[in-house]
Amino acid sequence: MIALHLECPPRATDQAGGNSVVCSDWAWVGVQAAPLTWLLLGLLGLLRVRSLRFVAHGLFPAGALVGVMLAVCAWQALGAGSCATVLPLGLPDLPMHLRLDALSAFFLLLLGGVAAAVSIFSAGYFRTGEGTAPGLLALQYHLFLAAMAWVLLADDAYAFMVAWEVMALASFFLVTSQHRVPEVRRAGFLYLLIAHLGAIGLLLCFGVLQGGSWQFTFDAMRAAHLSPGWASVAFGLALFGFGAKAGLVPLHAWLPEAHPAAPSPVSALMSGVMLKTAVYGLLRVSFDLLGTPQWGWGAALLAIGLFSALFGVMFAAVQTDMKRLLAYSSIENIGVIFAGIGLAMLFQGSGLRTFAALALAAALFHCLNHALFKSLLFLATGSVLHATRQRSLGKLGGLIRRMPWVAWTTLVASLAIAGLPPLNGFVSEWLLLQAFLVSPQLPLSFVNMLVPVGAALLVLASALAGYVMVKFYGVIFLGRMREPQLEQAHDAGRFERVALVALALACVGLGLLPSVLLERLNATIGLLVGPTATAWGELGWLRAGAVSHASFSPLLFAVGIAAVMLGSFLVIRRLYHGRVARGPAWDCGYPWQDARMQDTAEGFGQPIRQIFEPFFRMQRRLPSPFDDAPRYQVTVEDRFWYLFYLPVVRWVDAAARMVGQLQQGRIAVYLLYGFVTLVALLVVVL
Amino acid sequence: MTLSALLTQAAAVTAAAGLAPLLVGWVNQCRAWLQNRTAPPLSLPYRTLRKLLHKDAVLAESASPLFRAVPYVVFGCMLVAAGIIPSLGTDLPAGRAADAIALIGLFATARMFIALGAMDVGTAFGSLGARREMLIGFLAEPALLMVLFNLALIGGSTAVPVIADRLLAQGIAMNPSLAFAALAFVMVLLAENARLPIDNPATHLELTMIHEAMVLEYSARHLALIEWASALKLFNYACLGFAFFVPVGLAGQDAGLTDLLLAAAWLVAKLILAGAALALFETLSAKLRVFRAPEFLAMAFMLAVLGLLTQLLFSGGVA
Repeated sequence: MIALHLECPPRATDQAGGNSVVCSDWAWVGVQAAPLTWLLLGLLGLLRVRSLRFVAHGLFPAGALVGVMLAVCAWQALGAGSCATVLPLGLPDLPMHLRLDALSAFFLLLLGGVAAAVSIFSAGYFRTGEGTAPGLLALQYHLFLAAMAWVLLADDAYAFMVAWEVMALASFFLVTSQHRVPEVRRAGFLYLLIAHLGAIGLLLCFGVLQGGSWQFTFDAMRAAHLSPGWASVAFGLALFGFGAKAGLVPLHAWLPEAHPAAPSPVSALMSGVMLKTAVYGLLRVSFDLLGTPQWGWGAALLAIGLFSALFGVMFAAVQTDMKRLLAYSSIENIGVIFAGIGLAMLFQGSGLRTFAALALAAALFHCLNHALFKSLLFLATGSVLHATRQRSLGKLGGLIRRMPWVAWTTLVASLAIAGLPPLNGFVSEWLLLQAFLVSPQLPLSFVNMLVPVGAALLVLASALAGYVMVKFYGVIFLGRMREPQLEQAHDAGRFERVALVALALACVGLGLLPSVLLERLNATIGLLVGPTATAWGELGWLRAGAVSHASFSPLLFAVGIAAVMLGSFLVIRRLYHGRVARGPAWDCGYPWQDARMQDTAEGFGQPIRQIFEPFFRMQRRLPSPFDDAPRYQVTVEDRFWYLFYLPVVRWVDAAARMVGQLQQGRIAVYLLYGFVTLVALLVVVL
Repeated sequence: MTLSALLTQAAAVTAAAGLAPLLVGWVNQCRAWLQNRTAPPLSLPYRTLRKLLHKDAVLAESASPLFRAVPYVVFGCMLVAAGIIPSLGTDLPAGRAADAIALIGLFATARMFIALGAMDVGTAFGSLGARREMLIGFLAEPALLMVLFNLALIGGSTAVPVIADRLLAQGIAMNPSLAFAALAFVMVLLAENARLPIDNPATHLELTMIHEAMVLEYSARHLALIEWASALKLFNYACLGFAFFVPVGLAGQDAGLTDLLLAAAWLVAKLILAGAALALFETLSAKLRVFRAPEFLAMAFMLAVLGLLTQLLFSGGVA
């Protein structure tokens, strides 16, 4: 069907440092084969649309293997140069170009790894009778994976936009797989709308980037020289387009709607991988296609990123639906990633390349981190949802006793997302803080005094993430069961356990041995900021290169804590005893205790609602002292709906109504329009 | 790694584990004197630990394995933290394996585990305490980070022993940014260690508790570890403050046994003064409502930011 040119034309100049390296053949073949195999697996689903066994035990595990293969090939390609090919497909003058370089290899690694875990989980997750038929679902799912891979491989604007739209549509159908529910349809529509607004921004962006050459390959765009003003326009459009996909505030509104609507593995993929394709796109446009970013872009991106981070985590703290909570937490993490990229642009635009490398390393590392722990958390909510049929935090509790596999792996992800050492979340936080710490050396007056204070906002966001995760984990898994039927909850199945454990191990491994990945990332960083040789430390260590003298050894750190824990345990056993008796909870001697006396999710969010009150739009209904059945109700809404979205909707409505007045429904009037237009055109021409 | 470095390292950890309960005993004694009560003996905290370790543990029926692991994790975090804070000498090999940011991370890990443990049994007080503890935590952390940033700029590194070394070499110089940072640090210390005016360590009035509400369900050896860990936390914070703001008396590189003994004498003197000051402050102040805590900590944050800006101005940050 599609004949591929499998030879790798060596690129004349490799951006990474002038040394043109041909990437190894098998990695390139593997990377190209992965999306095609996914597509094939999806089409196979159509053969037996109704057979869950075939889809769950055949297609999804096979898809997971493809994911593993893609990750291995991408890892291999990350260390080698780039290679490209031209497909005999596409527009008459513009065949589709594919290219694999260190930047796309890193994101393909992320895609392959997460897709493998999510596919294995999906093998045990989907049931019949839940929305879309299994075969069709497999097609949408694998098409989604393949489209994401093509987005990362595309080397011209046309191929990129086609893949981008396929990705948006496939994910739209996945989100609305339970399309009989009105809210799901509404969420899906909102997602589709914002996705397409973003796509318009991207189209315009590519239009600016070609710079009058009318060549739409990325190579031509790299060669085009834009004036600083036009470059800023292109950056602004890219920020709008990719920001809409990533969920940057104020274009975040679709995230908290779409995630609860989508099946959990789909949420995991969207949050874990799809948001990162937007990060990839922004990096590609601003560092690669536009050349050197301007520091002003970095300052803007830093401000937007930090605001998104704080905004997201604040809203996560007041949510009562576990998937909405995670969706807002994704907004936070995306904010952190963009803040890191913004900082890198600030440094790069000021000529401080080594510092830019540090900030970029933090941002890229956080991309992979977030992909791992957020997909684990979403998958865990899927298991909880299947076991309990509950998504509301107010009706869960105590599941650590019924679902130990899910609970302990989720604990790892919760600690990692809160940025606690020695897990992976801390590594990126550490790198980013080190980058903030050198920001006083920026050669920009006053900016160099404001930026260090931004680190405090970052830490505030990460400490609030700890608050959110205590709430999330404590309310779902700890305490007493808030509903009697939770006693019947069952643990995750075999396939699901494999995925959860694999992701948890990846979080721990990446946290303990960060330099393994960072050394590989040097190729990606070199591609973006120019050649820098940053030493990230030996195995089990983490250093900020030549930037600061600080070092951190997660491995020794973990060994230290484990040694003290084990030592104190053994000493106490040895010198004293280990006797334990069980009794009712003490609770200051209060005799009546039941599960409803625990803090609810609303209660846990109360301090946040009070402290950050101006950010929320709250409606409280308080009971009067004379009510027989007192009810307390509070709804928290997003102010952006009222300040931004609804006014836009009103303007669009008004504009549409004005245009609608043209439609009279009478032939004579339409003929008159034609006549007037003709006359007007003739006047112009003559 | 030299022998003297190992000696300093071992001395730091041993001193922390041994002296931490003494510091708590001393503060309690001073407070009792100031409040015209008969003072408990200095050794009371040690005796309490011994008593608790001998007792049989009683666990709530609804407690999960996480609940039993929490005391060990918290104790582990605090003892490791003691290993990277230069309490006696600045030649700490562990300081290379964990810097100031990791130190904040350690405190955050301990806080998160203790909050999770509090929620595990499923009582009203436990989750209330967990919520409040996390609230104080997320407000205090940015202020603490700004203080550490300030010091890292002075010291040229985020490693705590390196900063202390630099300050020690500098001698006592009047640095206005350090004054702001010190004030902010003391406020964070009070909030993070469950002292007045944020939390009352002596209260058992349920609705005002924060730390005590979280540890209500622990007994025997678990409670002993938690108590020891919170004493260690106070000790760690005190030593961190000494290292940053009054580094006088710390043993430098290549310290011998006599240097360390001298440093220990300095440390005890500083602890006696600081403990008395803490007791005096606690006697004179009243507990704030929980929702005044953000204001208190916002002030700490503002002071820390002021300190940082002063530092940047003085070091020629504005090009």
